Amino acid sequence: MIGRPLLHTDYAKDMALHNTFSKKLVFWLIVLAGLALPQILQDTELHLLSIGCIAAIGAIGLGLVTGYAGQVSLGHAFFLGVGAFTSAFVSGDPAGRVYGLGITNLVVWLPVAGLVAMLAGVIVAPLATRLRGLYLALVTLGLVFIGQHIFNEWAKMTGGGGVGRSAATLDLFGYSLSKADSIGTPEQKIFWLAFLLLLIFAIAARNLTRSGVGRAFTAIRDRDIAAGVIGVSLPKYKTIAFAISSFYAGCAGALLYALIGHIEPGAFSLVLSVEYIAMVLIGGPGTISGAIAGAFFITLLPRLTRDIQPLIPFISTAPDEMPNIYQVQTILYGVLIIGFLIFEPRGLVGIWFRIRSYWKNWPFSY
Amino acid sequence: MTVLTFEDVHLSFAGVKAIDGVTFHVGQNELFAIIGPNGAGKTSIFNVLSGVYRPQAGRVTFNGADLKGKRPHEIAALGMARTFQNVELFANLTVLENLTLGRHHHLRYGTLAALLWLGKARRDEIAHRRKAEEIIDFLELEQWRRYPVGLLPYGVQKRVELGRALAMEPKLLLLDEPVAGMNQEETEDMARYILDIRDELQLPIILVEHDMGLVMDLADRVMVVDFGQTVATGLPSDIQHDPAVIKAYLGVTS
Repeated sequence: MIGRPLLHTDYAKDMALHNTFSKKLVFWLIVLAGLALPQILQDTELHLLSIGCIAAIGAIGLGLVTGYAGQVSLGHAFFLGVGAFTSAFVSGDPAGRVYGLGITNLVVWLPVAGLVAMLAGVIVAPLATRLRGLYLALVTLGLVFIGQHIFNEWAKMTGGGGVGRSAATLDLFGYSLSKADSIGTPEQKIFWLAFLLLLIFAIAARNLTRSGVGRAFTAIRDRDIAAGVIGVSLPKYKTIAFAISSFYAGCAGALLYALIGHIEPGAFSLVLSVEYIAMVLIGGPGTISGAIAGAFFITLLPRLTRDIQPLIPFISTAPDEMPNIYQVQTILYGVLIIGFLIFEPRGLVGIWFRIRSYWKNWPFSY
Repeated sequence: MTVLTFEDVHLSFAGVKAIDGVTFHVGQNELFAIIGPNGAGKTSIFNVLSGVYRPQAGRVTFNGADLKGKRPHEIAALGMARTFQNVELFANLTVLENLTLGRHHHLRYGTLAALLWLGKARRDEIAHRRKAEEIIDFLELEQWRRYPVGLLPYGVQKRVELGRALAMEPKLLLLDEPVAGMNQEETEDMARYILDIRDELQLPIILVEHDMGLVMDLADRVMVVDFGQTVATGLPSDIQHDPAVIKAYLGVTS
């Protein structure tokens, strides 16, 4: 089996999710690492990793609509916002300053947040069936601005611009994840939850992409006229792409702010959309593992620059001195996107592909 | 029995009359060829048939269904498959994925089932894989199965495109210049596949082609078009000697 990993005796085995021994091995190693990490790492690092897991769910969503179906969307921040505020609304205190339903159970507010965002996605989708490329990107950009306006002005729902409201509570059938107990610290429990959810969302996305739906997405991306002629309904599959993408975004938005604890309407700006596009581009568009890798990369980047800072003497930590660490972070963002687009358009996953084929062909160079 | 009727169709782009009153019909198991000089409107006829263009006037009936106002994917679902003059494959996908995409309108599971990949979705996918493998077998594409089609030689890409059309299990096959740009050997291979398709699968075919040798050898009937109008329709042997056809191709001395 290890000697001839591509030898399959029936189609079911060939088409399995992990159809080679090494894929299976890597998958279970990742699961093992996910289970073990909370025992090894500090709580602050775990918190960061949890945020990475949740950001990865959002990035997978954007990857489906932009990387797979080829519909460039700058509106991801809007869907993240819809999810975040919906969850806060469902779980919020009914007697409080802002609207709330008082249903604090994650099992309720998470799907509701996803579904409301999905509804928003379905409403936006007809634009995608009429527009292509840059025009669609511009229209989805408009969505971000409309969203920002609503989030800022609808103070009864969102707390209002600059103020915000507290996010959904991490509560499972009355069991609170944000209190320390015999099972572990809040950070440990939250990491396990985030990791489990990432696994579920990632596997579902992977299933989707290897099915007829995923093939239809790539067909639309590569040649939309030919896709129509061979029987792919363009309006239907563009709508499905937007619906699923915004469902993922809604869930990610809800969880992300539940982890942070407070939602501020100003967060859902174009910058957030660009951050997610950077995750997809740097990770590798058109792959699920790429979106995950990109999400972790972007989430951990500020932490990395902070760790590197002492090694580079002329960069200051004070925000009022000139080359400071925050500027370096912003610049690094741009440099990385440009660098990846020019030198490795397939992203982090592309680097992995190169390493893999190098060792596959070793000792020959090609 | 008539599979397709194309009645007095008019299609124009601003002042240009791409199709100007063309009429023809295609029967069961017939290999019907359309020839004509460049810009005569052959590909426009195909684009009207597959729903990419909408004609201003005329009537197209396919197996009793009126194609007026139907979108490309609806026409595909009725059983019309086509290949393109310039290969229109999904270059980043493998041969296998391209062929399976041809089976798209035979898929019987929904998006939710796809997300879970359980039961119906899994069984359906495996069944379609088996069908795609039959096409691979038929067109001798085994060695290319897992290659992204963008990396394959042109002749093989043309064959994959034919395969994708066949995977649709069509009731009518439209071939737009299947041997354009091919060498002698590739042309003969393709001719063999076309004959196999007609004889083994009992499929009516409409063929647009510039290779006169191929058209005269394979076609049951030939229609000649020029400037969007029918010049002549008939048996290949009659067409070759038709003065109007010779005039369209070579011109006349005054």
